[in-house]
Amino acid sequence: MSPAKNLKFAYWPGCVSRGFTTELHGSMALVAEKLEIELVELDRANCCGAGVIAEHNQELADTLNARTFALAQQTGLPMMNICSTCQGAQSECRQRLDADKAYREHVNGALAEEGLSYDPEGFSNKNFLWVLVEDYGLQKLKNRVVRPLEGLRVGPFYGCYVLRPRHRLGYDQHPERDLYLEKVIEALGGTVVEYDGARKCCGFPVITMSREVSLRQAGTHLGDAMDAGADCLVTPCPLCHLNLDMQQPEAAKVTGKDLDLAVLHLPQLVGLALGIDPKELGLGKHVASTKWVIDRLEPVSA
Amino acid sequence: MAKFSLKVRRFKPEPGEGPYWENFDVDLDPDLSVLDGLLQVRDQQDGSLSVRCSCKAAICGSCGVKINGQSTLACKTRLSEAKEWANRSNGNSEPITIEPMGNMPVIKDLVTDMESTHWQKIRRVTPWLLPKGDPPEREYIVPPESMIDVTQTMACVQCGACVSACLSMEADPDFVGPAALAKAYRFVGDPRDGERKERLHDLAQDPHGIYNCTHCFACVEACPKGVAPMDQIMRLRRIAGHDEDIDDVNNGRRHELAFVNIIEQKGTLDEALLLQESFAPGIKGKLKPPRGAIKALFDNIPTALRAIRSGKARSAEKLVPGIHPKLPGDAQKHVKRIYAHAEEHRIELNLYIKGEEFGGGDDNEAEELAENELQGKEGAPA
Ligand code: SF4
Ligand code: SF4
Ligand code: FES
Repeated sequence: MSPAKNLKFAYWPGCVSRGFTTELHGSMALVAEKLEIELVELDRANCCGAGVIAEHNQELADTLNARTFALAQQTGLPMMNICSTCQGAQSECRQRLDADKAYREHVNGALAEEGLSYDPEGFSNKNFLWVLVEDYGLQKLKNRVVRPLEGLRVGPFYGCYVLRPRHRLGYDQHPERDLYLEKVIEALGGTVVEYDGARKCCGFPVITMSREVSLRQAGTHLGDAMDAGADCLVTPCPLCHLNLDMQQPEAAKVTGKDLDLAVLHLPQLVGLALGIDPKELGLGKHVASTKWVIDRLEPVSA
Repeated sequence: MAKFSLKVRRFKPEPGEGPYWENFDVDLDPDLSVLDGLLQVRDQQDGSLSVRCSCKAAICGSCGVKINGQSTLACKTRLSEAKEWANRSNGNSEPITIEPMGNMPVIKDLVTDMESTHWQKIRRVTPWLLPKGDPPEREYIVPPESMIDVTQTMACVQCGACVSACLSMEADPDFVGPAALAKAYRFVGDPRDGERKERLHDLAQDPHGIYNCTHCFACVEACPKGVAPMDQIMRLRRIAGHDEDIDDVNNGRRHELAFVNIIEQKGTLDEALLLQESFAPGIKGKLKPPRGAIKALFDNIPTALRAIRSGKARSAEKLVPGIHPKLPGDAQKHVKRIYAHAEEHRIELNLYIKGEEFGGGDDNEAEELAENELQGKEGAPA
C-alpha cells in the first residue's frame, strides 16, 4: 500500500452493475471520487458465478474466482466489490481454496498459462459496505456529509450473501457486519426503519424457476417496509435491487398490495448525503419512483 | 451465578387468547444453557410453561426454538452467549427473547406441531434405502470413501431448526424444505440405493422441490449439527442437472446451462441472453423450448419493457440477446481454458469432511494465517 492515507482498491464491479443496474456502477464512481477512494477496475475479470456455476461444477466456480483474486493480487491492492452476491459467491469459493493447499495448486495450474496464481496470504476482498465502516470509518464519513438525510426514513436491505453463513464471511473478526447498514444510515443523518425483511431473502435466485415464490418474497418485504413507514430501502446488492425495484410492479400483483417504494443502491444513498446531484447518481433510472426521496432532501447550496 | 431476563413468547390453545410475551428472571451459571433457564422457570415460577426437551446434549433434537430471532437448539445455546447477542446493538438491558420455531403451527408456548411441516416432508422423500435387486446373503459391502460422502447428512437430528429458518418455506409452505432435501441426498449419495434416478427426477420435477430453494443460507446458519442443508440441495441440483441431464419443468436445468454457457462465451453475464436461453433455449442450444417455457418468457416481457422504459436497458446490447461484449484481449480464451480444465476434473471439495486449514473470513491478517500454519490447525467435523 502507498504511504498516502487514501484508500486504494482493486475493484470488481460485478456483471449486474454494468448490465441492468448501470446506475450502481456510475454512482459508485462518483462516490469514490468524493471520498477519495481510488478504484482500479479489474476489466479482465470474470463473473463470480452467483452460486449458479457452483451448482453446475464446483471446481469451475472456484477456478473462475481464483482467477479474479489472482488478477486483483497482480495489482498489489486489496479487492473491493459492490455486490452482496459477488461477496458471498467469492467468499464461498475462497473458503475452499484457502482450506486445501493441494486443491489450490491444482486450481492454480489452470491459471498458469495466463501467468496468474492465487495466494491466500494477505488477500482481502470486501464489499463496499464493509470498506465504508471498517476501512474508511463512520466518523470520517460523517464529516463528509454536506446534505444530512434528515427526516429520511430508510429501511436497510442487506441481501443474504453478506449475512450468512457468518463463519465464512468474516464475522468471527467483525461480528457487527450485519448491523453496518443501520450504522451507515445513521452516519448519513437518516433514520433507520425497522421492519421484518431487512435480513431476509429478496427472492431473486428463484425468479426464473419459481416466479411466484420469488415475487411473494420481494413483495412481502416491500409491503412490510412501507407499513413501517419507510421512505425508501437501501441495499448493497444489485440482484436484490432487481427483484425489489425492477420487479416491484409484478411483486405488487402477486401480493395484491399497492407497492410504491424507492429502492436505492448503497452508493446512491451515500452520494445523496455527500451532495451529489440525484440525477447524476442515476435516481431517474429506477422503476419505482425516487421522486418522493428527492423531494424530501434539502437542495444543496453549492 | 448471574441474573438473566428471559422474554418468552407464550400461547395457550384455549380459545379467545392470542399469543403474548412474558418476562421471567432467572439466576444461573452463565455457562448453563437457555434450556436450563427455561426449565428453572418451569420448576420454580410457572409450571404451565411448555417446552419440549429430552437429552440436554444436542442429540435428541427436541428443543428447537428461536433465540433472539435465530432458530437453534435451546440446550446448545449458553445463557451468556444469548445475552451477549441480545445486547449487541443496544446497551446491556435487553432480555433474551425465546419464541417457538417459525414456519410451524404452535401447539402451546414453545411447542410446535412438526407433523405437517417437517415429518410429512421427511416421509415425502422416501427416507429409507431402496436397494437394487435381491439383498446380499450377508451385509452390503461398500467402499468406506463412498459412505463418507453422506456422513454430513447423517448428522441430522431432525430438530427442525432449518425448517424454522427457511425463507422459501416462509413464502411457500409446500416447499419440500431443507431437512427433507438433505435427507434425500443421504440416499441419492448412497451407493447401495437403486432408485437414485427416480429420486432425482421426482425432486427436480416437483415445483416445490430442489429448484424452489432460494439459496438464502438460513438453514446453513441455523443447523446445529453442521448438515448445511443448502449445500446438499446444491449437490442434488448438480447431480440432477449435470450428471443426469434432467430437463425439469421448473427451468432449473435450462437456467443453469444458460448461465454457465454465457460465461464461457462472454466472461460476464449477458442478462438479455440469460432470460431468453433460460426459458426458450434451442435457438442456439441443443435443447428444445419446452411446453410452458414460451409462456414464462412472455410473463417476463412486462419486466423487460419496464427496464427499457426506466432507462436501465437503453443501450442495444441489453436489448438484443447475444451482442453483449466479450472480455478484452485474450482474457476470454483463458476463461474457456478454465472451463475445459474444470470439466475434465470436476473436483468437489467437501469442507465438512476435509476440515479447514484457515479459519473462514475475508480479510485474514497475514499474522493470523502464519499462526494457523504454525499450529497446523485442522478443522474437524463437529
Ligand atoms: S437455502 Fe434454501 S432450503 Fe435453506 S433456508 Fe434458504 S431457501 Fe430454505
Ligand atoms: S438439518 Fe440440521 S437443522 Fe435441519 S433438522 Fe437436521 S439437524 Fe436440525
Ligand atoms: S434437549 Fe435434546 S437436543 Fe436439546
